[in-house]
Amino acid sequence: MTTLSETAVREGALSTLRRGLRDNPEFLAGLTGTLLLALVATVGRVVIPVAVQLTIDRGVAAPGGPDVAFVQVAVPACALVVLITTVAAYAMNVRLYRSSETGLAALRVRAFRHVHDLSMLTQSSERRGALVSRVTSDVDQISQFMQWGGLMIIVASGQLVVASVLMAIYSWQLALLVWASFLPLAFALRWFQRLISAAYTAVRERVGDLLSAVSESVVGASVIRAYGAEERTAERVDASVEHYRKAQAKAQGLVALTFPTSELVAAIATAAVVVAGTLLGIGGHLTAGELVAFLFLITLFVGPMQVATEVLNEAQNAIAGWRRVLGVLDTEPDVADPGPAGREPPRGPIEVRFEDVEFAYPAEGGGPGPVVLHDVTVGIPPRSRVAVVGETGSGKTTFAKLLTRLMDPTSGRILIDGVPLRQVRFSSLRERIVMVPQDGFLFDATLADNIRYGRPEATDDDLRAAVGELGLADWLAGLPRGLETPVGQRGESLSAGERQLVALARAYVADPDLLVLDEATSSVDPATDVRIQRALEGVTRGRTAITIAHRLSTAEAADDVIVFDEGRIAQRGTHAELVAVPGVYADLYASWAAQRRL
Amino acid sequence: MPSRVNPGILREGLGVLWVAVKAEPRVFALSVAASGLYAVMTVASAWVLGRATDEVMLPAFRSGETGAGALAGAAVLIVGVALLKALGVAGRRFYAGLMQYRMQARYRREVTRQYLRLPLAWHHRHPTGQLLSNANADVEAVWAPIAPLPMAVGVVFMLVIAAGALLVADVMVALVGFLVFPAIALLNVIYQRRLSPLAARAQQLRAEVSEVAHESFEGGLVVKTLGREDSETQRFAERARQLRDANVRVGRVRGLFDPLLEALPGLGVLAVLLVGTVRMRSGAMDAGDLVHVAYLFTLLAWPIRALGWVLAEVPRSVVGWHRVRGVLDAGGSLPYGTAEPAGDAAASLQVRAVRFGYGEDGDTPHDILHDVTFGAAAGRTVAIVGPTGSGKSTLTGLLVRLVDPADGSVLLDGVDVRDLRRGGVAATAALVPQQTFLFDDTVRGNVTLGRETPDEQVWEALRLAQADGFVAALPQGLDTRVGERGTTLSGGQRQRLALARALVRRPRLLVLDDATSSVDPQVEARILGGLREAQAGGGATVIVVAYRKATIALADEVVHLDRGRVVDRGTHEELLERSAGYRELVNAYDRAEAERAGAEGTEEALT
Repeated sequence: MTTLSETAVREGALSTLRRGLRDNPEFLAGLTGTLLLALVATVGRVVIPVAVQLTIDRGVAAPGGPDVAFVQVAVPACALVVLITTVAAYAMNVRLYRSSETGLAALRVRAFRHVHDLSMLTQSSERRGALVSRVTSDVDQISQFMQWGGLMIIVASGQLVVASVLMAIYSWQLALLVWASFLPLAFALRWFQRLISAAYTAVRERVGDLLSAVSESVVGASVIRAYGAEERTAERVDASVEHYRKAQAKAQGLVALTFPTSELVAAIATAAVVVAGTLLGIGGHLTAGELVAFLFLITLFVGPMQVATEVLNEAQNAIAGWRRVLGVLDTEPDVADPGPAGREPPRGPIEVRFEDVEFAYPAEGGGPGPVVLHDVTVGIPPRSRVAVVGETGSGKTTFAKLLTRLMDPTSGRILIDGVPLRQVRFSSLRERIVMVPQDGFLFDATLADNIRYGRPEATDDDLRAAVGELGLADWLAGLPRGLETPVGQRGESLSAGERQLVALARAYVADPDLLVLDEATSSVDPATDVRIQRALEGVTRGRTAITIAHRLSTAEAADDVIVFDEGRIAQRGTHAELVAVPGVYADLYASWAAQRRL
Repeated sequence: MPSRVNPGILREGLGVLWVAVKAEPRVFALSVAASGLYAVMTVASAWVLGRATDEVMLPAFRSGETGAGALAGAAVLIVGVALLKALGVAGRRFYAGLMQYRMQARYRREVTRQYLRLPLAWHHRHPTGQLLSNANADVEAVWAPIAPLPMAVGVVFMLVIAAGALLVADVMVALVGFLVFPAIALLNVIYQRRLSPLAARAQQLRAEVSEVAHESFEGGLVVKTLGREDSETQRFAERARQLRDANVRVGRVRGLFDPLLEALPGLGVLAVLLVGTVRMRSGAMDAGDLVHVAYLFTLLAWPIRALGWVLAEVPRSVVGWHRVRGVLDAGGSLPYGTAEPAGDAAASLQVRAVRFGYGEDGDTPHDILHDVTFGAAAGRTVAIVGPTGSGKSTLTGLLVRLVDPADGSVLLDGVDVRDLRRGGVAATAALVPQQTFLFDDTVRGNVTLGRETPDEQVWEALRLAQADGFVAALPQGLDTRVGERGTTLSGGQRQRLALARALVRRPRLLVLDDATSSVDPQVEARILGGLREAQAGGGATVIVVAYRKATIALADEVVHLDRGRVVDRGTHEELLERSAGYRELVNAYDRAEAERAGAEGTEEALT
């Protein structure tokens, strides 16, 4: 499986929720207590209208003038309820924050780890930014919902229920009237919400355009300058800024229209209650205090109505976010670590065998694509230095990726020291086999941190020794801050050739039993290249080394040359043997020799 | 980073807002006017209810009868006031948004203009991520307080009217109000002061979590091949834990203050009921006043918090303002002269005693180039050869004036490049850098960069760069989108597009910085062949950074660069003859081969 799982996208919202909560029990920690506190906090919300009603009916309008004694008891009692409510709300908030944040942190870390466990093919089939957002903004979206939306759902729906019950007790007719005014509002808001959410989707798209236009003006600064393309870039930035502004203004306009709508409806409900309530009161169905209390109860309706639609929206976002995170977790790594059940062959020079190996990259939309490697059967004895050559697209890099188990063959098998690669524990595999790709990624840290990346316990002296052994001591000495030189984001403070030197030293310090170099010195000058190769010859004596290179000097130095052509091994032998017979290698060598000729 | 509200920050924050008010006076006036309408109508709506209670509802309850006119009047008044209030709310929000977005757009344009204007040396001193956030997040933060500003202004107005209304109703009850409302405002200020540093920290950590994830996923292959998944997860988990702690701290503050702010107006209403009943008994106020005041308390509780919102945004706004001003006030733009680049024949190039170093502004200045002198006569080809890290790429940047030398000068056709008019260098010289950059645009757009160029010329350049084959095979040919969100091209294909971009302009000086490193040797040979032919037509002077002898073979002269110094100049043969370092560099492969052959020969002789 090279694309992320879609299971979560297809299932219903409830089952996503159930599954998500089951897999992350941290979310549910102490939920019962939190819900009880929420209940207390909600009941407290109607205490003010009750106090108003009591004061007016039994205090102010008491027969024989205002009954101060009654009010003096009732009001402090209500104040006490408000205080208890406040404490309960505080406790509820803290519990909710703690359990949701703990759960989200765990979810984030699990998803992050899982992304690294996915195969290289799955990782590269997704846009990098999209993967990042699955452990960042998608989780944030859930977080926002849990802390704000989740709370609001509990409190707002509780508030609606309690307010409705109280209204029904005072007067069922007026309660119906209030509901009748607010129900259409709920539907209207839902409709508005859809428009708004579409408007904000447009805003987010415009943000993407804006960021990419701005980033061109920064990342492409030297090309823009070299070609005098400032005007053109400025126009593009202006256009994206303007589109973004318009999208924002449009969304804001909708919000500005929507927001006061519920207050307007509340006013209509209030007017209706005043009219109907007065008529009911004349008929003796309602006291004055109850009618006034209704006016306060209506204000309790406005908030929940306003937030309910927003909450629904957030809930949708949260579910969508959760689905995307689950989509990562649901994806079984197609190149899986056998884990503790796996085998750990002892360290030492590695012997490699490919048996009838075939490989096809997955086609877009599932299924295998065209076969790029055909029945490759080859043995590489321990301690040998093998060069793999061939034209671009002949299958060399695929060979290296299969060998390092970045991918698994479609059919056939690969063995190291007689053990099938699929059965070797990753911890053992990654310690013993290291590949250096052409574009070695560097982390935004110092040179030393990058070189010791594979073996964090290496001391600075170890690093210096390793750099020296690779014949790079002069280069290191020429750097202004030596090992402490910061390499910048992605290593961009260094030149392409220097980045390759660092990546090589990094692999070398990791001290593997099998070193696979895939065009690892393509940007390095010839003298350094030869020096590195010679150093590797010396130090790879005790290990197995496989080198892929356009520069055939590697092939000349190797014990053995494997020549790939159109996905098959076309030739195999030493340089001297191969160059003597007409064939793919002889052609490659002729073109390499021509490059070196004047 | 100032994250707490203190008088200094507040003054500065108001200064920033004043900039916006001066820039958009009309929109600001409209939003404040709308907010004022909202303020008056909010107070009025409580008053209307009080009147309705006193003059319609209570008389009706007492007398058991009422007039339809009174009822209808009350209803119309309630709805009418609400309608005006809604109008105020909508206007306030709309115009505040308009002002905020206009200011953001204006400053985004100014900041990016500045990026395009400032010299590359300035770019080198600032990390990419920082420049992106200056133009986006920082600009956003600067103008964030604009959104709640009109509301806050309206609220101040509202409080003044409310105070009047309370005093009219009853002095004692007004006293309660004077206690409760300042308390809400004060509590909110404390709230925001405590919250904003915590929220800023959480925001910062959110960004860090994202950075770690981004870098870690981008380096996914390295993580995998070196088996560092566990330590990467640990690194990420550490940040995720810090974010969790920060969020929980935010939650504690929110969890405490939100219920408190909700409770205060409630307690105020209760106090009003108590005091009001006592006052009614003494006949100082009536039931309508009581309802009016209690309702006012309920209505005012929410808007008062707008004062806190503005305060909350101010520290971030001030920080953002400093960062944005840092970009806008950055001096040191490349000064241009007025000289017009001469003619359309190949240009001559002279480099005289050039010294250059990065990090002149802070870090230890470290010279990359020392006293570099060489030249290329019109129509000639000069190769720059040197080991990895010897300063070759830096030198190519100087030739097309991406940066200016610290000492010395670069002359095109005898004119110092600093004296050429803006765009003069670009019109003369084209650099193909080692790192290919493609714009998020079509193939055509990437080649022409917006210049009016007939398609035949584009194809011709593509042909010369050996890119016509794969471009023709793209789904939409020249109109295929490439770059970040377009069709993925291989490294070699990207390099060939970059080459075509240079060639299509028919530059009089072509600078190639190892521009074919990702191209297959066979293809490279064809590119070089094409260039040689074009060269024969006398089109351009060429400076080429190269390792391959076949490339060096194109050159009339070689400049041997080592550790930022020109160690020798001459023809390839001359250098081979007199320079051991040069021999070692360019003959490395042949020597290795010869030595190996020698060694094998010895072995064979021995056996």
